[in-house]
Amino acid sequence: MEDLKNILAEHPFFKGLNEEYFALIVGCASNVRMDAGKMIHREGEEANHFYLIRSGKVTLQMMTPNKGPVIIETLNEGDILGWSWLVPPYTWHFESKALELTRMIALDGKCLRNKCENDHHLGYELLKRFADIMMKRLESTRLQLLDIYGDRS
Amino acid sequence: MATAPDLQSLKIDYKSNPMLPRPFQIRRVKRETKDTFTVELQPFGELEECTFQPGQFNMVYVHGVGEIPISISGDPTNPHVLVHTTRAVGTVTKAMDKLRRGDILGIRGPYGTTWPMESANGEDVVFVAGGIGLAPLRPALYEVIAHREKYGKVVLLYGTRTPSDVLFRHELENWRARFDLEIYVTVDRAMSGWRGNVGVVTNLISRAPFDPRNTIAFICGPEIMMRFTAMELHKRGVDNEHIFVSMERNMKCAIGLCGHCQFGSVFVCKDGPVFNYSQIKDMLVKWEI
Amino acid sequence: MKTFSFERIELDHLVEVLKRRGYKVIGPISRDSAIIYDELTNAGDLPIGWTDEQTNATYRLKRRDDAAVFGWTVGPQSWKKFLFPPIQRIFAAHKNVKGFDFQNTKKQTLQEPTPEKYAFFGVRSCDLNAIAIQDKIFLNGPFVDPVYQQKREGNFIVAINCGQAVGTCFCTSMNTGPKATTGFDLALTEVLNDKHHHFIVEAVTELGIDILKSIKCKEADEKDIEIAKDICENTVKQIRRSLDTFNLKNIIYKNSEHPQWERAAARCLTCTNCTMVCPTCFCTTVEDVTDLSGKQADRVRKWDSCFTLDFSYIHGGSVRASVKARYRQWLTHKLASWVDQFGMFGCVGCGRCITWCPVGIDITEEARTIRENQA
Repeated sequence: MEDLKNILAEHPFFKGLNEEYFALIVGCASNVRMDAGKMIHREGEEANHFYLIRSGKVTLQMMTPNKGPVIIETLNEGDILGWSWLVPPYTWHFESKALELTRMIALDGKCLRNKCENDHHLGYELLKRFADIMMKRLESTRLQLLDIYGDRS
Repeated sequence: MATAPDLQSLKIDYKSNPMLPRPFQIRRVKRETKDTFTVELQPFGELEECTFQPGQFNMVYVHGVGEIPISISGDPTNPHVLVHTTRAVGTVTKAMDKLRRGDILGIRGPYGTTWPMESANGEDVVFVAGGIGLAPLRPALYEVIAHREKYGKVVLLYGTRTPSDVLFRHELENWRARFDLEIYVTVDRAMSGWRGNVGVVTNLISRAPFDPRNTIAFICGPEIMMRFTAMELHKRGVDNEHIFVSMERNMKCAIGLCGHCQFGSVFVCKDGPVFNYSQIKDMLVKWEI
Repeated sequence: MKTFSFERIELDHLVEVLKRRGYKVIGPISRDSAIIYDELTNAGDLPIGWTDEQTNATYRLKRRDDAAVFGWTVGPQSWKKFLFPPIQRIFAAHKNVKGFDFQNTKKQTLQEPTPEKYAFFGVRSCDLNAIAIQDKIFLNGPFVDPVYQQKREGNFIVAINCGQAVGTCFCTSMNTGPKATTGFDLALTEVLNDKHHHFIVEAVTELGIDILKSIKCKEADEKDIEIAKDICENTVKQIRRSLDTFNLKNIIYKNSEHPQWERAAARCLTCTNCTMVCPTCFCTTVEDVTDLSGKQADRVRKWDSCFTLDFSYIHGGSVRASVKARYRQWLTHKLASWVDQFGMFGCVGCGRCITWCPVGIDITEEARTIRENQA
């Protein structure tokens, strides 16, 4: 537990959280190991966790009818994976796979969700942080969408 | 085999007529990706060296078709071969794409400002390349590798559309194998077999191993990418004076006389194509300037 | 500098003298309802007794009731027509087995068997300044244009101090006239009243003085010099338009999103008339033209205009696609960027762009509107 606590404390995502909330989160945390090639979750599955990647590489993929799975982003050490646990209907919108041996800290989103319903301050603190992540992902996605390496028009 | 034009008797005065191209012979053509190719050229009939500085470009002439600016993508420490890498997207480049070993191209140059290699001495150097933008940066990379001890950490962040669009793949793999270079490649999207990174190249900046207090950055790629890259570099603490970009505009003469390449009040052909970011940052956000 | 005067008839002799000395004499001729510049066979070709009336989108030649030779201002053409030809072959490349070579020496590359010596007869002060501006661009940059250099070499310039201004003139705002001050060999002032028709001439070069020796002239007296001065002052009074150049460069730069650009764009047809008639516009394009066999490829330089859509084309599209962007580019270049690029304004106040714009856009009005309603 100490080990987990230190890792979480050092991560910028949890900076500024008060002691009580931080303890809560540590209480919902556990270590997880994914071997290379393992599916972490599939599209449509219940989303009850989010992950902090400690080491390794995770691909976010979407299934396409003709081409099979298309990788839309790669997440690396220090990245946060998953916000679907926070937004109804709490199901994953894409799938993710460990590209290589990946170690992550899994956080029990289902548990945290309930706590957020009861304590809105906690909810706001978490949503603030996730909003920042979503914004960055959206910006990146938009740049990818622009297909800037194609023709200028 | 074509005979070299007798330049002495023709009294072609290149110095007084800067619009005359010199004939160069193609000694090798290499297909890089579906729409990109590289030509290696040698001065035709002369043992002249073609020296240039990283960042410069030539006007490349295809007989009867036209002339376009193309960055030099070869090794500045090897002046016996002139290398150009280009996409086949227009009339001239498509005509060039049909040429083979032994064919002749006209070359005028080298023109333009250069990547400031001297200023980079003693600093960490971050190269950020987008798409075909890796080609004008490659000479600077060669230069750094040739004088590796002059520089601190050297990082290349390279983003392109898909894995099949990765340029100079073989070379990148060789460089990656070195211990004194950090090479990161990312693509905008990939099929699930790709084991590299997927995502925009700007995402690689926050994690790249360089010291922002002592870094010089060279960026080349689509304008949007260069703007966002500069923003990410700012977030890490690299200031505008330490960021350099390479711009592109329509060029007809490359000698500052045809007026086409004007970008605000600067001429990309003679005041650029390499610019310090602080000089042009305000123009980059103005639409249709 | 020496000042002389000569009788009207000596003007004809002046033209003859220049021709005898081997100059190709280019001067004003009334043709196609305008006063244009072309080779004079003799002084009879000059537009004697003509005057012009100009305002926005309007140019009219009218008959005078006297025989003034230079009683008009500027027409649609300028001297760049000769120094910087609208169409100019810059080389011919012959295809040989797998290669190409150039057709002959530099002289023939420029397509003239012998370089011609031009005498420009009747150059107004605004145009003198325009020539000086183009000298800076084509001769004093990092690269010299060999065509301009060759055509400019050995020019003999007979300037004319304007005896009248038209509705579109604003040389006084740009400090480019109406009196010719520099860049000429001889500067004439035409004096025509019911008693007398003669010319006062300032000769500033040795060559100018030498040429004058071949015609009948005498040293000017104080009265002559007074008359010439009065004529110039009178011309100044006739100038109606003005362009405030104080801090103009910065104002234009700072107002790149001014709504006036859209308003100008709504009228502008991007017809490129303004760039063609402007004596300082220098943009060009090159075209490669092959013969039917494809063996010879000529590289031809032509006047171009920043108003065309493909002027700024790079793969995938034009940088300046909208009319607004193109109008803004032209005016910004002329009144702002030119200063940073060459150390002076690109505009000499000749007013041609106002006259020849089919919708009558006035550069002085555009600048005024931006200045007075700054963002």
